[in-house]
Amino acid sequence: MQLLIKGGRILDPGKIDDTMDILVEDGRIAKVGKSLRSVKKGAGARVIDASGLTVIPGLIDLHVHFREPGHEYKETIETGCLAAAAGGFTAVCTMPNTLPVNDNRQVTEFILEKAAKACGVRVYPVGAISKGLKGEALSEFSDLLAGGAVAVSDDGRPVLGSLLMRRALEYAKGFGLFVISHCEDLDLAQGGAMNEGEIATRMGLPGIPNAAESIMVQRDIALCALTGARLHIAHVSTRESVAAIRDAKARGIPVTAETAPHYFTLTDAAVQNYDTHAKMNPPLRSEEDRNAVWEGLSDGTLDVIATDHAPHSSIEKDVEFDQAAFGIIGLETALPLGLKLVESGVLSLTGLIEKMSINPAKILGINHRINVGNPADLTLFDLNRTYRIDATRFFSKSRNTPFNGWELKGKTVLTMVAGAVVFKEA
Amino acid sequence: MQFTKKDILDMESLTAEEITLILDTAEHMKEIGTRPVKKVPTLRGKTVVLFFYEPSTRTRTSFDIAAKRLSADSHSISAGTSSMVKGETLIDTARNVEAMNPDILVIRHSSSGAPHMLAALCKFCVINAGDGTHAHPTQALLDLLTVREKKGAITGLRLAIIGDITHSRVARSNIVGFTKMGASVVVSGPPTMIPPGIERLGATVTYPMEKAISDADIIMMLRIQKERQKGFLFSSEREYARAYGLNREKLNYAKPGVLIMHPGPINRGVEIDPEVADGPYSVILDQVANGVAVRMALLYLVAGGARHAASD
Repeated sequence: MQLLIKGGRILDPGKIDDTMDILVEDGRIAKVGKSLRSVKKGAGARVIDASGLTVIPGLIDLHVHFREPGHEYKETIETGCLAAAAGGFTAVCTMPNTLPVNDNRQVTEFILEKAAKACGVRVYPVGAISKGLKGEALSEFSDLLAGGAVAVSDDGRPVLGSLLMRRALEYAKGFGLFVISHCEDLDLAQGGAMNEGEIATRMGLPGIPNAAESIMVQRDIALCALTGARLHIAHVSTRESVAAIRDAKARGIPVTAETAPHYFTLTDAAVQNYDTHAKMNPPLRSEEDRNAVWEGLSDGTLDVIATDHAPHSSIEKDVEFDQAAFGIIGLETALPLGLKLVESGVLSLTGLIEKMSINPAKILGINHRINVGNPADLTLFDLNRTYRIDATRFFSKSRNTPFNGWELKGKTVLTMVAGAVVFKEA
Repeated sequence: MQFTKKDILDMESLTAEEITLILDTAEHMKEIGTRPVKKVPTLRGKTVVLFFYEPSTRTRTSFDIAAKRLSADSHSISAGTSSMVKGETLIDTARNVEAMNPDILVIRHSSSGAPHMLAALCKFCVINAGDGTHAHPTQALLDLLTVREKKGAITGLRLAIIGDITHSRVARSNIVGFTKMGASVVVSGPPTMIPPGIERLGATVTYPMEKAISDADIIMMLRIQKERQKGFLFSSEREYARAYGLNREKLNYAKPGVLIMHPGPINRGVEIDPEVADGPYSVILDQVANGVAVRMALLYLVAGGARHAASD
């Protein structure tokens, strides 16, 4: 089985940026070069015309919530994978806050079974740090690993106890797992519905101060230094967190970090009119914080852009603002929002692809380059196509996005995992 | 001028001209309440639903009396007796009420923004009778009316608001309302209860309280809620009364002829001493009296008194 991707701009950050062809054979990259022809006689290769398109190593999202098992009315692994593919993602890491919690091998295996029946996007389950996300006892990391988990995290229910966090880091190290930390001091954030500041004051909504995040970022960096374990900090939203991570990296502490498209695109001004589609945790922050996130992306402090894709239905969102669930979906808008950073000069196109593909792959320990012999996990997108975001046409089951109706540039045209097309624009 | 607003949601969305029109209308309405027969047929055939998700004595009674004095039919829904206890969402409840075709919905709700959500969704007029810690526009309007009556004008006056600004919708609406009408507003209280960015609403923050009240023409004391001690916002009622309560001693710092206001319900001996609350400078009961007049004016104006008259 051969597949020839012809005439695209092949972009593999730091390695290739040229108009070339890619020959895919049995799901793997067989050749990369100019004016390739399929070598097989007879049936010949299927040819994908990629002229005018950019061909990159498939996007990888380190942070999604697919809600299955437990909340299938919001998203299933099947619909989540379809949304990922449509957004140009060839792999996703699913967070463990399902029902039941992914704190054991059975749930991990269930997720992978469902994923195997989905469209083909690779699913890397993240197991829970603590049993039931309760912050009381460690879950069985080696069993989770054996079941297919790639990391551990109590995302959504931060680990408040410093001893547990220390032990989780140490324990994970023994199995080569890394720890993803949702940094939030719940005590300090208590009851908050949005970013603390002028807008929250004006709207009469309880605020979540920046310090609720950065205190925990600093604690986890200290524990990372203490244990030498690999720590990845999820959804960074504040300038203080960016500064703390920058400083930690300068000191050689093995920490990586991600931010999400909404933190580099929006500020808390988006919450005005009590729009529950602009409610997420951590909350949208101030202009200064957004600028700091830009700087962090630009100078390498923030390694990764991850979506924190968090589907919720109208049941959770069409309610009073303080009652509404936190979270927005992001898989089908991440790439064009990322491309806005390229347009505004925050990142180069190469830099963006590093944040959305190369660096997540490195963190996961996957060889993800456009090299002969590697699986053909590729995304083809049209850099210049402008279109209007229409949430009613999303593949995701949920519609909770603040970007509905936005005019954005950059459209995924085809997504391929191991040589199989998982999304093709109709 | 004509009043064209469908809803009264907060003080931000009213212009100075509209506020003046509401106050002028309220002055006319006030006279009706002094007649032996306190009723006019102005809103006969109009339906007003009072939708109170939070306890209220003053505001609810005041709206009810206001509606009845204008001959509107008023109906009350409260959280405890509504389908909310059966798990019905606010939007569903509102849509069901809407199906019964009321003209005006007066809503009090513990969630900030709840009236805005309904106003955007439903065709009836929405009057915000207090939403969460966001806004209480009818309170601000009755406060403005009271001050205008007592002082003749609002421009150039200085209002000091003392207490838990963070959790006060009354404070927010009055900061916006009084500054819009040309007064200056200073706030004071425990710094644990002064929210960040309050200056951007137009208020100056001053400590200590004595300094904040020293050049004020009006002192507005806010109710302190006992449960705030749980959030470490203050240590004890005793200390609150000592540091931030308005008593005769602190009143020595104030200007002669100062007006003392309080939106109620008051905690005697905590944020305000009985002899100050009942003293010569207190206009607390005038505020309540003006509440009826202001709410009559609002019901009249949004129910289309003005809008319909223009098209008749």
